Amino acid sequence: MNHTVKDAAFLPFEPLKQTNSVINEPRLVRWLLIAAALGFLSLFLLLPLLSVFVEALRKGAGAYFAAFGDPETLASIKLTFIAAAIAVPLNLVFGLSAAWAITKFEFRGKQLLITCIDLPFSVSPVVAGLIFVLIFGAQGWAQPWFGDHIGKVLFSTPGIVLATIFVTFPFIARELIPLMQEQGTEDEQAALSLGATGWQTFTKVTLPNIKWALLYGVLLCNARAMGEFGAVSVVSGHIRGLTNTMPLHIEILYNEYQFVSAFAVASLLALLAMVTLAVKSFLEWRYADQLAATRRH
Amino acid sequence: MPGLTPTLGFTLFYLGMIVLIPLAGVFFKASGLGFAGLWKVITSERVLAALSLSFGAAAIAAVLNAIFGAIVAWVFVRYEFPGKRLFDAFIDLPFALPTAVAGIALTALYSENGWIGSVLAHAGIKVAYTPLGIIVAMTFIGLPFVVRTVEPVLREVERDLEEAAATLGARRWQTVLRVIAPAVFPSLVTGFALSFARAVGEYGSVIFIAGNFPMVSEIAPLLIIIKLEEFDYKGATAVAATMLVLSFLLLLTINLLQAWVRRRV
Repeated sequence: MNHTVKDAAFLPFEPLKQTNSVINEPRLVRWLLIAAALGFLSLFLLLPLLSVFVEALRKGAGAYFAAFGDPETLASIKLTFIAAAIAVPLNLVFGLSAAWAITKFEFRGKQLLITCIDLPFSVSPVVAGLIFVLIFGAQGWAQPWFGDHIGKVLFSTPGIVLATIFVTFPFIARELIPLMQEQGTEDEQAALSLGATGWQTFTKVTLPNIKWALLYGVLLCNARAMGEFGAVSVVSGHIRGLTNTMPLHIEILYNEYQFVSAFAVASLLALLAMVTLAVKSFLEWRYADQLAATRRH
Repeated sequence: MPGLTPTLGFTLFYLGMIVLIPLAGVFFKASGLGFAGLWKVITSERVLAALSLSFGAAAIAAVLNAIFGAIVAWVFVRYEFPGKRLFDAFIDLPFALPTAVAGIALTALYSENGWIGSVLAHAGIKVAYTPLGIIVAMTFIGLPFVVRTVEPVLREVERDLEEAAATLGARRWQTVLRVIAPAVFPSLVTGFALSFARAVGEYGSVIFIAGNFPMVSEIAPLLIIIKLEEFDYKGATAVAATMLVLSFLLLLTINLLQAWVRRRV
């Protein structure tokens, strides 16, 4: 066994060195381009990320962990999780049903519907917050009814959840639609013709086909939901310990010159971002064919 | 296939409740001002300064991203180097890192005693709390768009065509300029547009580094918030509606331009 491997090494099967310089740039140009690209990425991406942790640990680990003992910080962490825990599942249900309707059926105005689903991506987060102030604010048109029947929306948790839903609205639908369009309806037709109910077809045939894309969409949706700043800032009212999410709490700490605390909370979100990127890269590497990879935005 | 009525029904209901009706409210409210009232708000000195700052800085940031994004995409598609996979994962950092975190990190870096700011201070360049800082933040958040739209297109370019060009006597730079560039250009325009659109509306990462001086470094989204805090709902809505319309018109122009470029290639 051993010597065959050894012998094989002497066979002329080594890949030929690329010598076709006509479709390659001179070595110096290649080096300069790589240096420019990596320099740009380091300056704009790696340094800011690194500085979050350096600033957070500037006064030592004790000061770093003390930042998390503050009840207002803990309240902001809790609110961030609550908002994401409501917004992400709702957008998940929406993403699934929108993708099902759009990819399994033909109807007029489909392209318009897809464009409308993408709308929240092209709206400034501040404007996203503003639209809910116009509805539920003191002079808002829905406020009289809501105030009487449901309660306060603006400057409380429901408003924050609504704004979060709006800005993360397209994430899951956008990931699912191109993939399910490519997969077609053959698998589902087969299951239905064998006597499966619609629900069985969905859970036993469609869902396994799209599970990684679904996870990918949920991951990006969650990252944005927990990190949203502009939209939430407009509707929150900044009541300490009550309506501040983590990003808003970071702003308050920062403006009060509590830099270590601000960067400590920020480092939690930076860790979340790094985990998101790691899982995302893993999915892209391992399940590239089961993601709408060509449409990565 | 079963399930059209419930899924399409829920989709339209949810879309209407969360996105369409609330957005329509902006234009309804803005129309309450009347054309003259709207015009008065938009043409006030402070609003004009904020709008031109937002759109101008976003345009510069998008150009920077187009140039460096194209280089990054080229390097990642064509060359091998150590750490490539790691850098590749980090390109999407601006999508994953909350804007407020990016904002305070960039401010810490570029302020006068920061790692980069202190170096630039020697050269007499001030970035934090000036319009330059706004451009830096906007470049950060728009960075992945160009790379991620150009990459797949560049990967599709047939290397046979480049060989053909070379055998026909083209120099390497001529091949790059005449063969590769036209194929990639439409995707570069798309990336530019996406990056621009994101930068125009950006708030979280910008306000920390901008300094927010009225007429100098006050962006349009911040002006909306200031007007809201003064309970000037109509003024805030007017600025918001203007931003929506301007962004929409710009994207429409760019889409048309792109269709035109595609037809010519």
